Amino acid sequence: MAKSGKHLGRRGFLKGAAAGAAALATPLPVATAQAPAPQRFAAPLPTARQIAAESEPVSSEVDVLTADHPGSDFMVDVIKSLGFDYIAANPGASFRAFQESVVNYGGNKSPEWLTCTHEESSVFMADGYGRVEGRAKMAVAAHGTVGLQHASMAVYNAFVARSPVFIILGNHTHADERRPGVEWAHSAQDVSAMVRDYIKWDDLPQSLTHWAESAVRAYKIAMTLPRGPVILVADGTLQETPVPDIAKLRVPKYTAASAPAGDPAAVVEVAKLLVNAENPVILGGLSVRTPECMKLLVELAETLQAPVQGGKFPSRHPLSGGGGGVRNADVILGLEVSDFWGTVNNQLDQQERIARSIVKPGTKLISISPNDLYLKSNYQEFGRFTELDFTIPADVEATLPSLIDACKRLITADRRRVLDERGKKLASGQTQAFEQARNAALYGWNASPISTARLTAEMWELVKNKDWACVSGGGAPVLGIPGRLWNVDKHYQTLPTGGAAAVGTNLPMSIGAALAHRKDGRFCFSFQPDGDMMYAPGVLWTAAHHRIPLLIVMNNNRAYHQEVMHLQRMANRHQRGITNAGIGTRIDDPNIDYGTVARGMGAYGEGPISNPSDLGPALKRAAERVEHGEVAVVDVVTQPR
Amino acid sequence: MRVAILTMLMATALSAQAPTPAPAGNAMNGAKIFVSYGCYQCHGYAGQGGAGARLAPKPIAFAAFTKYVRKPTQQMPPYTAKVVSDQELADIYTFLLTIPPPPDPNSIPLMKP
Repeated sequence: MAKSGKHLGRRGFLKGAAAGAAALATPLPVATAQAPAPQRFAAPLPTARQIAAESEPVSSEVDVLTADHPGSDFMVDVIKSLGFDYIAANPGASFRAFQESVVNYGGNKSPEWLTCTHEESSVFMADGYGRVEGRAKMAVAAHGTVGLQHASMAVYNAFVARSPVFIILGNHTHADERRPGVEWAHSAQDVSAMVRDYIKWDDLPQSLTHWAESAVRAYKIAMTLPRGPVILVADGTLQETPVPDIAKLRVPKYTAASAPAGDPAAVVEVAKLLVNAENPVILGGLSVRTPECMKLLVELAETLQAPVQGGKFPSRHPLSGGGGGVRNADVILGLEVSDFWGTVNNQLDQQERIARSIVKPGTKLISISPNDLYLKSNYQEFGRFTELDFTIPADVEATLPSLIDACKRLITADRRRVLDERGKKLASGQTQAFEQARNAALYGWNASPISTARLTAEMWELVKNKDWACVSGGGAPVLGIPGRLWNVDKHYQTLPTGGAAAVGTNLPMSIGAALAHRKDGRFCFSFQPDGDMMYAPGVLWTAAHHRIPLLIVMNNNRAYHQEVMHLQRMANRHQRGITNAGIGTRIDDPNIDYGTVARGMGAYGEGPISNPSDLGPALKRAAERVEHGEVAVVDVVTQPR
Repeated sequence: MRVAILTMLMATALSAQAPTPAPAGNAMNGAKIFVSYGCYQCHGYAGQGGAGARLAPKPIAFAAFTKYVRKPTQQMPPYTAKVVSDQELADIYTFLLTIPPPPDPNSIPLMKP
């Protein structure tokens, strides 16, 4: 690219070397690149300028851009030091040097480059991968203004879910370094500004040392509780400028921040309330992210003989399910509960709007959550203010050992007998609930479209003897009534929940999560809503291209059914009849054939399946393909919800 | 024949669960509007439940059924008489009475514990 003879930009130091480099470097193709290819029988004679360009030394008016070590090589050194397995990206010119450095200098290994067809898919894949790994292990590269705008909803979802997503954002900060035209439209002064309300931190470093320090700082901030997405801008010039002496640069050491544990005095007060409660209930919330935390939650529940509602708790444990629920509780312990107010109140959205507490007067409400340590104001994901009796702003896993210990110290032999008696009643209730669920699953058993209960039961039959993981983005292990019948006893069998509940989340997040499980050989499956599939189905191709084994079972109800209900509610409120509630909410006429969509993306596809008798064999065929490393889609036409 | 069966089913259900009988309804029309009015969207085509409560077999007493439809206490959208007439509710209720009981879970290999 030609530059002014007086140009002394960031590459100016190269000018002294330009003449010497001319012998090695191909003469810059300013003229030749812009000339059309010569015609075979009508080649014009070269012009004097072309002859000069081919034969004369490179003048001081041009920058020589060849380099042994561009800045992006050092950026790869930094990224490798943070332990990323993958980088997910849709290609973009603003990070072209970084991408080249990853695939060549870095050997395309740790991290390996993943080809995505949409930035939203990239971020969701990274989020899903991190939810399985328990930390940010898949980075994202996004392209300037347009790439980040495509990514923004998934970034917001990560923020709401407190997911540590690490985004490297290409941008050309220096106006004189931008190529004419589109590169201006893809660049910004402050490119992260558009998402700053829902990321935890960002930086736009102007030197490689600055970049290295900010990369490690960003990673640390992303991983410190409460976690969240971060953005590190990789300036185009910084990437492409050669490093004079790469040995003079160093990668800073990353040290993980320890998790904050609850104040010991507050923990003892909470233990007193729990031990003396007649009907305590533990809300599992988003607290369990590790096997250790699941063990601690079980230990707390068993110590207190208290039921656990929600969260990750072994599904067949006698204390699973919440017992009588929050309505009968006298003490409620919320562990990283994202909507405490909505859990202890009921707001009816009917002809009248009524909000009322559903807990007994005097019920003590306790929260242990790191989310009280960090809030932003604009986006309202923090929910309605809850009047709590105790707030411990801390990590649940770090606080549970001291809470369990305090409870054990307070439990006398007499109290132990009372608690054990309560435990027996709860266990009896669990057995009854199991039998009720077994019966309830049979209603509509042979119906077509297929009931979600039948679909869930067929899936359990398929996976119950495998090492399985359900990677549905919403975290739901199963659909419908027979969820209670499943034996879910390992923390990795479901994804951590949390997020903005936006349509389009499930498919890419499940593929990212399935990739994380691949090295362990787990059989991964997801229940996939049809509306969600249609947001960015190109990620199916990504899964096929990168050989990510996953069984995707369509919950194809041919509508946005949650929205159907809202239309019904409005039509009823306005007294206008409800027969038009399907306008704008159905996904039919024509019906989408997801098996064909899958095959078109290089995946295995089956369906549509409407007859329940065909379902089991179709799932088995697809599972065999998945066990050979493929992604498979079984299109199951289901009842609405 | 269908009417006779329906009458018998209704009598059986109501004798067990309701002090007053339901008005006569047309099950075929009930089945039709169960779909066109969107009841199936939460309760399933067979009234088996899902996002909404299970309605069949053995629906709750007609009086309680009507009261809930007109003024739900949970998240179901309310249906006033202007939107779903009393006769249409009776038709839906009659349709629900025709839904057979499910199979025994011990007869289904998948459902054995």
